[in-house]
Amino acid sequence: MTGKITMVAALNRAIDEAMAEDEGVILLGEDVAAKQGGGVFKVSAGLTEKYGEHRVRSTPISEQAIVGACVGAALAGMRPIAEIMLMNFLTVAMDQIVNHAAKLRFMSGGQTNVPLVIRTTTGVGVGFGGQHSDMLEAWFAHVPGLTIVTPSNPADAQGLMRSAIACNDPVIFIENILCYGITGDAPPAGHRVPLGKAAIAREGSDCSIITYGRTVLDALEVAGQLADEGISVEVIDLRTIAPYDEKTVITSVRKTGRAVVLHEAVKAYGTGAEIAARLSEKLFGELKAPVQRIGGAFSAVPMANVLEQAWIPSKDAIKDAVRTTINWKI
Amino acid sequence: MTIDREKLLDIYTRTMRCARSDEKIRSMLMGGKLAVLYYTYRGQELVSSAMMAALEPSDYLVTTYRGQHDQIAKGVPLDLLYAEIAGKVTGTCKGKGGSMHITHPETGVMVTTGVVGSGLPIANGLALASQNRGDGRVTVTCFGDGATNIGAFHEAMNMAQLYKLPVIFFCQNNRYGEHTAFADHTKVDSIVTRAAAYGMTGVRVDGNDAEAMYTAAKEAVDRARAGEGPTLIEAMCYRMMGHFFGADFSYMPKEHLTEMAAEDPLPRLRKLMLDYQFTEAELDAIVAQIDAEVDAAEQFATDSAFPGPEELRRDVFEAEIAA
Repeated sequence: MTGKITMVAALNRAIDEAMAEDEGVILLGEDVAAKQGGGVFKVSAGLTEKYGEHRVRSTPISEQAIVGACVGAALAGMRPIAEIMLMNFLTVAMDQIVNHAAKLRFMSGGQTNVPLVIRTTTGVGVGFGGQHSDMLEAWFAHVPGLTIVTPSNPADAQGLMRSAIACNDPVIFIENILCYGITGDAPPAGHRVPLGKAAIAREGSDCSIITYGRTVLDALEVAGQLADEGISVEVIDLRTIAPYDEKTVITSVRKTGRAVVLHEAVKAYGTGAEIAARLSEKLFGELKAPVQRIGGAFSAVPMANVLEQAWIPSKDAIKDAVRTTINWKI
Repeated sequence: MTIDREKLLDIYTRTMRCARSDEKIRSMLMGGKLAVLYYTYRGQELVSSAMMAALEPSDYLVTTYRGQHDQIAKGVPLDLLYAEIAGKVTGTCKGKGGSMHITHPETGVMVTTGVVGSGLPIANGLALASQNRGDGRVTVTCFGDGATNIGAFHEAMNMAQLYKLPVIFFCQNNRYGEHTAFADHTKVDSIVTRAAAYGMTGVRVDGNDAEAMYTAAKEAVDRARAGEGPTLIEAMCYRMMGHFFGADFSYMPKEHLTEMAAEDPLPRLRKLMLDYQFTEAELDAIVAQIDAEVDAAEQFATDSAFPGPEELRRDVFEAEIAA
């Protein structure tokens, strides 16, 4: 397959391929079936017609029941995909995710497992306000047993989704609402991107930006601009946020000696704090500057566009953070 | 005689395995041989045994922390169960789950949850898998009256009826949610009235009446297996001790204790067995055999080793975490 594909189409293709291969792959979520329009963001468009309403099930607005049913089906050996429309609504199903999906393999001594994918959407920048925009990956990264994934381009979306569905443990798959429409090279059918493996989105030698999801695009743009100033930035796209590819991150920062950790989520207590702490544990004597962290402001995501733009890490802030590491005098 | 004599004997055997086992665990706790959190089910042995006797071994069970009777009645081997309660590596879950998280897929025990009400949505998923596959399995999920006031109960009931899932919501109404009496936590007279809110069949039964309890269970199982959808069963029973073993239950009024003692399922079932022409000697022989099994399970658990620290890195994910 050649040509271009959008992120939505790439996700749809990955799910379609998995459903064609394995009858155990089923979808549950609000409005996901054809009768309700194939999902609010159309990721499941066309799947009901192909695989039937017993495999593409629209649900009541009952997040605990949706995730719980997917946990149960997964325990029975199916590979359910739950669509939780927005990431903030995962908080309604926290008990099923944290106390059950994540822990049942361990608490059963390995007798059972939960091959479940929870797809969810979020993102700052479209004016959805405080309850429809949060990136909550750090909440889940803190829970042993969960794998958290987010793509920054359509090819990775397709490949990571196939791997997430094939994974024998629960995966939270975060889709950024601002990325749904972006186009990129269409990967071949059956394309897979391994979980737990970061990508070097751009090679560089002076400073590493470690990021994931939508902010990879910002980092790449900033890296291009800084190149004009003679600063060579390496951009690491984690792709799997947790457990993350520590080896690739350490190798990159060992090479550049400088690191900026960037995410859209609130900076305080974010995944960036964990990564920065590991870098200082592992590379204390080798770092040429303190690790810089960039993230969202410490407030709810505001609605007013001017405030929302002030909330999001700006490209100028990313540039300044890189320059801070470059200009640091020990 | 309203049920098959052989079936009643089956129910009696399961009930006595539950009863003798609970007594053994309590004596181990009293004697200092065990020091673990344990939720005794004294008083609920029969309701569960009659329910499980209506199931096939391959049917699924999802239960709660007060669920050792459900697991025993479903068929979990006592030696593996005791070892798990004691946190031993030979237990069902290698000692990593304990009494609140017993899992034994070989006998259909898929989840035991320590979170009130959380098993119900999961039971729907097991039933949904059976529905899609057409494997004919039925899923039973056990919970107490206290669980019917948490949101998961309502979400799960609605979804189960919407999809006509082969699932049975088995409420063992033991009249207390932790320390709070039923009338102090719920303003309707019975749980079963809530079935109507979801268009679901609901049945209320004296759970300590073996014939009535088994009949209600069998009807619900047949309905589910025939593809006619879920049932809410409210089995009336008593929790004859505190919330957990050793816990104070002086908050139970004297009249409640008197009523409870009169309704004790064990003497009631014994009397019914005699009515069905079983002899005292036959019944005693069954109990003696169970006691031997219980003693052997205690020995097995006592002699078994604790898990090693490497178990912390296992079963978090499919692949063991590197040391």
